[in-house]
Amino acid sequence: MKYISAIGRYFMMIFEVFRKPTKWSVMKGLIFKEIDELIFNSLGIIIFISFFIGGVVTIQTALNLTSPFIPKYLIGFATRQSVILEFAPTFTSIIMVGKVGSYITSSIGSMRVTEQIDALEVMGVNALNYLIFPKIIAMFMYPFAIAISMFVGIFGGYMAASVGGFAPSADFISGVQLDFIPFHVTYAFIKSVVFAFVIATIPSYFGFYLKGGALEVGKASTTSFIWTSVIVIILNYFLTQLLLG
Amino acid sequence: MIQVEHLHKSFDETPVLKGVSTTFQKGITNLIIGASGSGKTVFLKSLLGIHTPDSGEIYYSRLRLNEISKNQYTQLRQEMGMVFQGSALFDSKNIGDNVRFPLEMFTKLSHKEMNHRVNEVLERVNLHNVNSKYPSEISGGMQKRVAIARAIVMNPKYLFCDEPNSGLDPNTAILIDELIQEITKEYQMTTIINTHDMNSVMQIGESIVFLKNGFKEWEGTHKEIFKTDNEAVTNFVYSSALFKKVRHMYIIEDQQN
Repeated sequence: MKYISAIGRYFMMIFEVFRKPTKWSVMKGLIFKEIDELIFNSLGIIIFISFFIGGVVTIQTALNLTSPFIPKYLIGFATRQSVILEFAPTFTSIIMVGKVGSYITSSIGSMRVTEQIDALEVMGVNALNYLIFPKIIAMFMYPFAIAISMFVGIFGGYMAASVGGFAPSADFISGVQLDFIPFHVTYAFIKSVVFAFVIATIPSYFGFYLKGGALEVGKASTTSFIWTSVIVIILNYFLTQLLLG
Repeated sequence: MIQVEHLHKSFDETPVLKGVSTTFQKGITNLIIGASGSGKTVFLKSLLGIHTPDSGEIYYSRLRLNEISKNQYTQLRQEMGMVFQGSALFDSKNIGDNVRFPLEMFTKLSHKEMNHRVNEVLERVNLHNVNSKYPSEISGGMQKRVAIARAIVMNPKYLFCDEPNSGLDPNTAILIDELIQEITKEYQMTTIINTHDMNSVMQIGESIVFLKNGFKEWEGTHKEIFKTDNEAVTNFVYSSALFKKVRHMYIIEDQQN
């Protein structure tokens, strides 16, 4: 019953976010601020993780393809497929749930416990729209971060293959170009848009409806991370079934 | 003027307000006092519309809160100013932007006009050259002043203060009390202050409502509170030896006059 009521309240929150919009002149600034906070400030960690994950995928693939009958270019092919289909959109999203999701829950939660949200409501501001709408819009920039993650991941694989001597550069590059299906990139972007919405809204829900003090802010961040990750993983399964199955 | 009739509010079937009725007059400082858990904050938040009462009526001048349209309600909220217990300043904004916020949200003033108004109200609360500082860079007393400035920047008709003195030293607390009283007279606002600071009660309690266990136990002025025989009020207000002595001296002085 508690979960059903929470799901209901989450959807009511989403409805309220789009009702009674904040003045555009104010909202514009909020959106740019959130793009900077949520997307640009995450690029460093996304690039770092993608580079090394791409490298690890390449090394593991190379070490498992020991048969001399299997051509080396398949290392590049496997790296590309793994990075584009799964590692860039899903793995990066789980990292973003930890980084961005926790930031959203704790920042909104702190505003709740210090009565800043009450202050907005007393003034007649739609606090849900003011706080959450710019985050949703900012997160629509997330596919750009995923595109960077894809590129850096494959580049990391290339570096691991060529520097580590697992595959010749030319073989790796021809593997990356082999049987490329553009829809796979579209699929990854569709997933990342859905995940972006989830990452912007579920942590906001946990922050906005928080009750208690500083300790509860910490607890809410943890709960928000768990639930957002669970939803991302479940949606990943269904979207894959729906789009590729 | 705000009129409250038979206000009831419960949380999870626990009644917090049990039929409170009173009237808060314009141009004076109206105080709500009572022990912790007496329902003061719930009462204040019900007046503000943050909590929806289970039953009872709240009238803002002639507007009945229960039956006004959403537009009227939005309009009404813009006529309210609120000073929160912890000031509730926006951490991410500097002082100037905190005070400017209601103007940016609800007016079409130019940037220059907004700046002029922000400086005007900051000067009114005796704050100078703080516009570019952040809330974490100023003292608790200054934060309260900024909160007052933000509350009055839109020229509200109603000012609500939730324990404006909490966490302040006695001198600053008195200054904040006096400031609120002065502003109330100057702007002719209906001011409601939720407090359990006895200095505030004695200094600025032009009208006092005493809540106990969700009921209105007593109502009067700071002069009447010295003379009241109501045991609950005297136990609460004169709980310290000093206040008992002050009361005794006041009664003797009053009898001699």
